[in-house]
Amino acid sequence: MATTPFSTQLDQIFVLLRDWLVGYLPAAYRPAAGAVLGVLGIISVFPALFALTTVFERKGLGRMQNRFGPNRVGPYGFFQPVADGIKALIKEDVIPFRADGVVHFVAPIVLLVTVFMGFAVLPVGRNMVLADMDSGLLFFFAMGAATELSVFMAGWSSRNKYSLLGAMRGIAQMISYEVVLLLSAVSIVMIGGSLSLSKIVEAQNSYTGIFPHWYVFTPWGLAGFLMFGVAATAETNRCPFDLPEGESEIVAGYFTEYSGFKFAIFFIGEYLAMFSLSGMATTLFLGGWSAPLSILNFIPSWIWFFGKVMIFIFVFIWVRGTLPRLRQDQLMNFAWKFVLPLSLVNLIVTALWRFMGEGWLRWVVSTAILAAFYVLVGRASFRRKNIGLRSYRYAE
Amino acid sequence: MSVVFYLLAAMTIAGGLAAVLLKQLVHAALAVTVAFAGLALLYLDLDAQFAGFAQILVYIGAVTILIVFAILLTRSSDLPKEGVFSGTWAVGLMIAAGVFAVLGWAVLASVRVVPQQSPAPAVTVRDIGNALVGRYALPLEIVGLLLTAATVGAVIVAMHEKERPKG
Amino acid sequence: MLGEGILKGLAETAKNFFGSYVSKERLTTVQYPEERIPTVENARVFPFLVYDGPDWEAGLRCVSCQICEKECPPKCIFIEKSKDKKPDFVGKMQFYPVRFDIDTSVCMSCQICVEVCPFDAIRMNTGFELATGDRFGGLLLDRKHLAHSNEYYHSIHPTEAAEVDARRAEEKAAAEAKAKAAAEAAAAKAAAAPAAAPAPTKQPAEGGS
Repeated sequence: MATTPFSTQLDQIFVLLRDWLVGYLPAAYRPAAGAVLGVLGIISVFPALFALTTVFERKGLGRMQNRFGPNRVGPYGFFQPVADGIKALIKEDVIPFRADGVVHFVAPIVLLVTVFMGFAVLPVGRNMVLADMDSGLLFFFAMGAATELSVFMAGWSSRNKYSLLGAMRGIAQMISYEVVLLLSAVSIVMIGGSLSLSKIVEAQNSYTGIFPHWYVFTPWGLAGFLMFGVAATAETNRCPFDLPEGESEIVAGYFTEYSGFKFAIFFIGEYLAMFSLSGMATTLFLGGWSAPLSILNFIPSWIWFFGKVMIFIFVFIWVRGTLPRLRQDQLMNFAWKFVLPLSLVNLIVTALWRFMGEGWLRWVVSTAILAAFYVLVGRASFRRKNIGLRSYRYAE
Repeated sequence: MSVVFYLLAAMTIAGGLAAVLLKQLVHAALAVTVAFAGLALLYLDLDAQFAGFAQILVYIGAVTILIVFAILLTRSSDLPKEGVFSGTWAVGLMIAAGVFAVLGWAVLASVRVVPQQSPAPAVTVRDIGNALVGRYALPLEIVGLLLTAATVGAVIVAMHEKERPKG
Repeated sequence: MLGEGILKGLAETAKNFFGSYVSKERLTTVQYPEERIPTVENARVFPFLVYDGPDWEAGLRCVSCQICEKECPPKCIFIEKSKDKKPDFVGKMQFYPVRFDIDTSVCMSCQICVEVCPFDAIRMNTGFELATGDRFGGLLLDRKHLAHSNEYYHSIHPTEAAEVDARRAEEKAAAEAKAKAAAEAAAAKAAAAPAAAPAPTKQPAEGGS
C-alpha cells in the first residue's frame, strides 16, 4: 500500500479504513463485519447530509424570497437541525383513537427501511458500493416501489380524510411517474448492457481528450436525464409535485396524523429518497463518481459523487423556490400525455443510436426526432384552452 | 433445505393464511404483501436476483397497490358483518386441492431432471433478455397483447360517457 | 415553447438568490431584537395612565370617574375610587383611583377607553413587549405599571400630546381667569357688602357617578 500514490490512497481512504478495522477480526467474520461497517457508514452519512440539507434548503429558499432564513441557532443558524431534532424527539407521540395501531406504527418503519435499502447498491465512490449486485438497478427501483406501500399504510391507518386523500394522491402520482423513471433508466441499460450500477459507472468513466463519456452528453441521455429529473421530483413529492402533502389543501397529506419522531421519520424518509434518487441520476447519467474532466481525476471519487448529489439537491431546492404547485389533473396529464410518450420515443431513439454505429448521422437523427417530438407534442398538449363551465361527473 | 428456506417458507405461508383469514380487507391485502415479500426472498435465496427483484417491483410495488385501490374504491372500509368464509368454500377447497395436486405432480415429476444440470447456473440479465426475445418471444408477445387489450378495456370502462344528453 | 416560463422563473429566483447576498436593500427583514423599526405615531397596543409632574402617584390625571370601566367592551378595567379628594391641575378637588388594574390578557386594544376619557388620563401605549412568564399575575397590570409620565406620552404620540397639552393649558387659563374674576367679584362684593360668603360655586362641579 505504501507504494500507491497519495491521491489513490485518499480516493480509497474509506475502503482502506474498513479493511484495517476488519483486519483485527478472524477471517471468517470479515465479510460480515465489512458489510456492517458499510451499513453503518450509510446510516450515518446520509442522515447527516439530511440535517445539513434542511438548513441549506431553508436558507436557500429564504434567499430566493429575499429573506435571511434561519440564522439564530448557532453560527449562521447551522445548528438549526439539532434544535429541530430535539424538538421532534421530546414531542408527544399522538396516535388517533380510531387509528389502526399496528399499521400506523409500521408505516414509517417500512418507509425508512426501504429507503435505506436503496442506498445499498449506489456506488458512492471507486470500489465503494455496499452490495455490488448483478441487477442493482432493478433492486433500487424495487425498493423505490415498496415505499408506495408505506405511503398507503400511513394514509389508510390514520383514519383521517386528509391522510387518505394524501395517500391516494401520493400513490397515484408515484405510480404514474415511476413508469417514466423506469423507462428513462431503461435506455441506459440498452446502451450499457448491464443492470449493475458499478458497470454502468465504469462504462462512462472514459475520456475523449479531457471530456468524459457521460450519458448526459448524448441526445437520448439528455432527454432521459431531464425526464428522470422530473420523475424523481414527483417521486419524492417535491415541489411542484407536492400535492400529496399540499398543506393548503390536505394539511400534511398522508402523515397528517403523525407527530413527534414518527413525523420526523417521514420527513427524513422523504429527504433520503431525494438523496437516493439524486445518487441514482448521478450514477446513470452523470458518470457516478467519475471526474468531469480527466485532469481532475486526482480528486477523490467520493467527493465527485457527493458533489454531484449536492448539485442535484440544490436544483431541487431551486425548483421548489420557483414553481407553484400543480393541480392533480395537470399532474396526471403531464405524466401520461407528455412525459410518458416522450420516454417511449426516447427508447426508440436509444435503439437507433445503438444500431446506427459511430458517426455524426446518429447525433443529427436522434436530436431531430427528440426535438421535433418535444416541440410538436408540447405545442399540441399545452395549448391555451378555452375553459368552460366545470363539470362534476359524480356530484350531479 | 436450509434454515433460511424454512423461515422464508413459514413467512410466506403465514402471510398467505393471514390474507385468507383476516376480516379487515386492507389487512388481508397487506398480509398478501408479506406473502409476496416472502416469495421474493425465496427467489433471492435461490440466487435468482432478477426474478426476486422483479417480484418486489411488480407484486409489492404494483399489484398490492392495485388491490388496495380496488378495495378502497369499491366498498366501505367497515368490517363485514358475516364471517370471512363464503358459502361456496367447499368448491374453493376442491379447486385449491386440484391446483395443488397438479403443481405437486409437476414438481415431483421434474425432481429427477434437476441434479443433472449445473447446481447454480450463472444466469445474467443478458441471458434473461436473450431468452425473452429469442426462445420465448411468442409468449412475450401474447402477454403483451393481453395487457394491451386489458389497458384498452380499462380505458373504455373508465371513459366519460359522451353520449349522455347534456342537461 | 414548453418550458420557457419555467426557465424564466428559475432565472428570477436565481437573481434573487445571488442578489440577496450582494445588495442589502433586497432583504427587507428587520432582525427584530437587535434591530428595530421606530413605532408609528398612531400605533396602539395597550392603554397606560398619564401623570403630570415628577411623582406618578400624586400626578395621575385619572379622577376615577369609571367611564372607561363601564365602556370597556371586554371589561378588562377595574377601578376602585378613593374616599378622599385631592386637587387636580386646575385646583378643583377630585377623587383619585386607589386601584386601577387592566388585564392585558383580556384587553383587545380597541382604544374606546381613550375615546371616552374626559380627562385625557388614559392613552394608548406603543410598547408591545408584554410577554411574561406568569400568565395570571404578570398580565394583570396595576396602576404603578400603567402610569407613564406626560413626557413619555409626548415621546410616543407627539402630535396628540401637544394638542392635549394645549387644550389643558387653555382650560387651566380659563379656570384661572374665572377664579380671578370670581375673586375680583367677591372682592368687589366684599367691598360693597362685607357679610357675603366667598365663592360658593366651586364645590358641586365634579366629574362623577
